Amino acid sequence: MTERIIIAGSGGQGIMLWGKILAQAAMIEGKFVTWLPAYGAEVRGGTAHCMIVISDEEIGSPYIDKTDTLIIMNQPSLARFKSRLKDNGLLIINSSIVEAGAKAKAKRYPFTDIAVELGNVRVANMVALGSYLAKRKTVSLKNILGVMKMMAPAGRDDILKINQKALDTGVKLRNG
Amino acid sequence: MKKVLISGNEAIAEGAIQAGCTFYAGYPITPQNELIAYMSSHLQDKGGVFIQAESEIAAINMVYGASAAGVRAMTSSSSPGISLKQEGISYIAGAELPAVIVNIMRAGPGLGNIWPAQSDYFQATRGGGNGDYHCIVLAPASVQESFDFMRVAFDLADKYRNPAMILGDGMLGQMMEPVKISNTRNKISKIKKSWALTGCKGRKPNIIKSFYMREGDLERFNLTLQKKYNQIQEKEQRFEGLFLDDAEVILVAYGSMARIAKSAVKFLRSKGKKSGLIRPITLWPFPKDIFKRLAISHKPLAFLVIEMSYGQMVEDVRLVLEGKARVEFLGRSGGGIPTEDEIIKKVMRL
Repeated sequence: MTERIIIAGSGGQGIMLWGKILAQAAMIEGKFVTWLPAYGAEVRGGTAHCMIVISDEEIGSPYIDKTDTLIIMNQPSLARFKSRLKDNGLLIINSSIVEAGAKAKAKRYPFTDIAVELGNVRVANMVALGSYLAKRKTVSLKNILGVMKMMAPAGRDDILKINQKALDTGVKLRNG
Repeated sequence: MKKVLISGNEAIAEGAIQAGCTFYAGYPITPQNELIAYMSSHLQDKGGVFIQAESEIAAINMVYGASAAGVRAMTSSSSPGISLKQEGISYIAGAELPAVIVNIMRAGPGLGNIWPAQSDYFQATRGGGNGDYHCIVLAPASVQESFDFMRVAFDLADKYRNPAMILGDGMLGQMMEPVKISNTRNKISKIKKSWALTGCKGRKPNIIKSFYMREGDLERFNLTLQKKYNQIQEKEQRFEGLFLDDAEVILVAYGSMARIAKSAVKFLRSKGKKSGLIRPITLWPFPKDIFKRLAISHKPLAFLVIEMSYGQMVEDVRLVLEGKARVEFLGRSGGGIPTEDEIIKKVMRL
């Protein structure tokens, strides 16, 4: 089994971190994993994306041509990446700031609005991570939480708590 | 052993530190900035010296000096920056000094762009600067190898008193993979450097230079170098082979490109197509022997060389096979990477 994932959004939405947390958890589970960031001449407010490949076998290219899962966190990313999704691939869209118009099968959730309700707009990425893991059980939630604990800055339990809450909220989201 | 998730650039830096590198000088350039950044925050803690030099040229010459003083020294850059370092690399080779140079290649020519490429193969394997010399060139294909090969590079450089180069690309430098980090600093092979400039009180002064005035001296020196290069070619060829025993089509690729070629080989095998892979690990010395052996022993239908360039390593394959086997080529550059599908299609058409 090989799962290829592209997550794309804007700088500041925690796109890279999203991929790193997933990749770390996959490593803990003994899987082969690669994480490849966009490292172009990116600018503040511009687009950011990363590619994650998780597999039971040795991974060839870390670069993803056609992806199994595409997670779109802002409008420009949809135009840029929608052609990369495999025909039966999973498309998850942040409907708070991305207008409809994508494939009908797309799962749409207001990640940014949910994060604001939780009290911090920056945890929209963790809501998205939760919703993704509910659909594709690529890694266990337990290991994701373990990685979050490891990454959280010391003495800032509040940060860890709100991220965990965001993850849980994401897991419980109904199909949009 | 515990694994950590780090980038190729960070793995190279940590690998160098674990290999006993105590001097780094460099100048920032994408896509290898994580390497110099890692060195800036870790090397000093391990008792080493880190310098962000005023230019690439200054950095390589600092490495020249540090190496002459007998320490394990390195620099790193990406393609245009490595071009700037060529004078220094030639001097280091001419002075027979060990040093490690890392090139995380990006697309050219000129300033090009920061996307991954393999278009500096000629420059790396043919010398690059002036004069008849070679660097020992190692090409890692994973983040683990990026870590492991630093030790090999420093050991080979010391063993032969010759510059060694790590040739990676932007994709390998940027990507993260799980790596086993072994703490090896206490096991560093201590090669006695009796030639080093360590202060000559009580002994004859050592002289390190690449300049020969007297008639005949330079030719004699060049012959010594050639003898050393022949020895390296004989003893240090390294490669990874996959399904070579019965392969009818043998793919040849190095570095990140070899990962994609390997996936293609596995797919082709699952469809009953007898394909195999040679992944050169040393680009210089080029692993000639395996090609010669295969061309004679079971005459494959063709060798297909795949590169993120418009055809550089393919020349070495043709040179070694001397027309004894069919050689085909697939390459893209300027940021384009041959895909698994493109490779499979090309093999099916052979």
